[in-house]
Amino acid sequence: MKALWARRNLVNVIAFTVVLAALGAVDIFRPFGLSFSALTGRVVTLDTMIRIGILTIVVVGLNLLMGYAGQVSLGQAGFYALGAYFSGILSTLATRHTILPGITGLWWWPWLMIVVSMILTGGFAYLVGKPILRLKGNYLAMATLGLGVIIHILAGQFPDITGGYDGLTGVPRLSIGSFTLWPMQRYYFLVWGAAIAVIVISLSLVDSRIGRALRAVHTSEVAAEASGVDAEQYKVQALVLSAIFASLAGSLYAHFQGAVSPSPFSFRASVELVVMAAVGGLASTWGAPFGVGLIYVVRDLLKSQLERLLNVRSGEYELIVYGIILVSIMIFMPEGLTASSVQFMQGRRRRHGNIEPQRVQSNGTVEDLGQ
Amino acid sequence: MRQFFRGKIGKIVLATGLVFAAIALCVWLGSRQRLLPQHYVQLTLDGMRGGSIYALMALGFVVVYRVTGVINFAQGEFVMLGAMLCLTIHKLPLPLPPALKLIVAIIAAIVLATLIGAAVERLTIHPARRSPPVTLTIITVGVTITLRAGALLAWGADPYVLPAFSTLALEDHIFRFGSVILQAQTLWIWGTLIVVLVLLYFFLEHTIMGKALRACAVNQRGAQLVGINPGRMSMLSFALAAALGAIGGIVLGPVTRPIYDMGLMLGLKGFVAAIMGGLVSVPGAVVGGLLLGVTENLAAGVTNPTYKSVFAFVILIAILLFRPQGILGGTGQATEEVK
Repeated sequence: MKALWARRNLVNVIAFTVVLAALGAVDIFRPFGLSFSALTGRVVTLDTMIRIGILTIVVVGLNLLMGYAGQVSLGQAGFYALGAYFSGILSTLATRHTILPGITGLWWWPWLMIVVSMILTGGFAYLVGKPILRLKGNYLAMATLGLGVIIHILAGQFPDITGGYDGLTGVPRLSIGSFTLWPMQRYYFLVWGAAIAVIVISLSLVDSRIGRALRAVHTSEVAAEASGVDAEQYKVQALVLSAIFASLAGSLYAHFQGAVSPSPFSFRASVELVVMAAVGGLASTWGAPFGVGLIYVVRDLLKSQLERLLNVRSGEYELIVYGIILVSIMIFMPEGLTASSVQFMQGRRRRHGNIEPQRVQSNGTVEDLGQ
Repeated sequence: MRQFFRGKIGKIVLATGLVFAAIALCVWLGSRQRLLPQHYVQLTLDGMRGGSIYALMALGFVVVYRVTGVINFAQGEFVMLGAMLCLTIHKLPLPLPPALKLIVAIIAAIVLATLIGAAVERLTIHPARRSPPVTLTIITVGVTITLRAGALLAWGADPYVLPAFSTLALEDHIFRFGSVILQAQTLWIWGTLIVVLVLLYFFLEHTIMGKALRACAVNQRGAQLVGINPGRMSMLSFALAAALGAIGGIVLGPVTRPIYDMGLMLGLKGFVAAIMGGLVSVPGAVVGGLLLGVTENLAAGVTNPTYKSVFAFVILIAILLFRPQGILGGTGQATEEVK
């Protein structure tokens, strides 16, 4: 099993890393005056790439929870917000109120606080998850929805701590010793390094005992319990892990923006995260970066093109087309983009008669029927 | 002791105790804000006004959920469409007396919203009807995004006004009982809820179409075997939900300022109300809506109005955890394996 993982996934991970590193390097060294946004025809800027990386971390976690464990969360932006706020509060307030002077200014303080945020968010998810995960299907989705909305509203309430609706400002940049991870070109490597680490963790989890247990829980909780899988325990673990990932992404977001406000963590954000996971393909770790990327690129393109065509500024008119695209993807490719394109390619190759019949399983992996 | 609270009498004792504890807490918090009895009456009346709207929306959720198993996130957008279409038609320069013009606008808005509801089902839910409910629920989210952005394109980002039904002007009749204030529009809202409930009762109990809808809700395959087309019933449920939502939006119009994104919070609250009623029962939805409106308004009144929505969602989570079958009872569904 381990060897199988190594061969199939290692190639993917290495290829993915090399491509991303090359893209990042282009913007640092600027060969022939090329920059990142020029390479992609000004559609994808470095800023967009960093945001895609941050959300990839959240969506990979959401994918573990929704795609593998089968537990729908419509409140994932809540955990994302907790990470951003814990990180933002812990790294600014201590300095402002001169608690622990001498330590909070050191370079490793924000890093430590990222870890503390992950522990706090994970602990919160554990406490909440125990009772909430007793619920099933739509009911669970609604409970998590409520949780997300509560966190979002409360984030805008306590001006002394969270900065109210205006939010916190002055979140420090991250640095290693005296090497600051800024400008963006440096931050890009941090974000995508973290994203790839999260993808690797997810890939190895999925192919392990835990991954099989989660899939068993997804298929039928009763059957899983009957074969000795402690369904409740595994579901809570999946929720905690996805919350920890979301918290990490939130912290990275806070240090990227330098500020945290409640607006990016609304109910709409939770919905968008689910959409990204669904578009990429539930139960497919590799679907996460592509789902996030596709949604981002489509929305940016729509926004710029519609503004040019209709000659209007601001507004959210692009959301009309965005909504229609979302509905069409859900109707015509309910398995998500990755699974559907794999099916499409195989369908074509099979017609040419040079491939063994294969079947794409509901979890996105390809099963060989020829053996 | 534990055994006692598991039994039927024990549960009633426990529930009564909790209600009294909640009232006591409410009064204690209120006394710190120096609230007088008439303030509580006012808060309750206002809560029942909002609660009636929640009840209308919850009915829409229940109808769609029972027939199709889908949680229709677009329910809130139907409310917005009802209000917006009504005020747009009302502004048209029709050669009619003002009262008739408003009536025409109301009827036209309800009909249009119903058609939109049916169209939404045909275009989005019907082609994907073999997908799991979660996919269908995500589709309704996509519909919500599209409808809201369409409304922004059509009506802009500014709030509008709809005249009060009694005076046909912006100023409404106000009834005063001591220091308690009651707008005439509030009576219109309560009256509308009652009329809608009576009509819905007759439709579901005494027409063939309504009976077919109920049959489909109870057992889809059984309904199909006796010649009912589930696809058509699915469309009917969406149309009905859209009509209920639009009616809610129209009667709410004069007391709020309709705006393109009013559907989001209303939709979520209507959903909380539906959950309070157990998500499958019509009387439950109405009781849930009214109770939610009163509870959140009282809770916000004795603490801080900015927390109003927080209370609604705390109630949502508490109900889901402790009474997933809804406050009126029935058998629990939420913790059973639903496929």
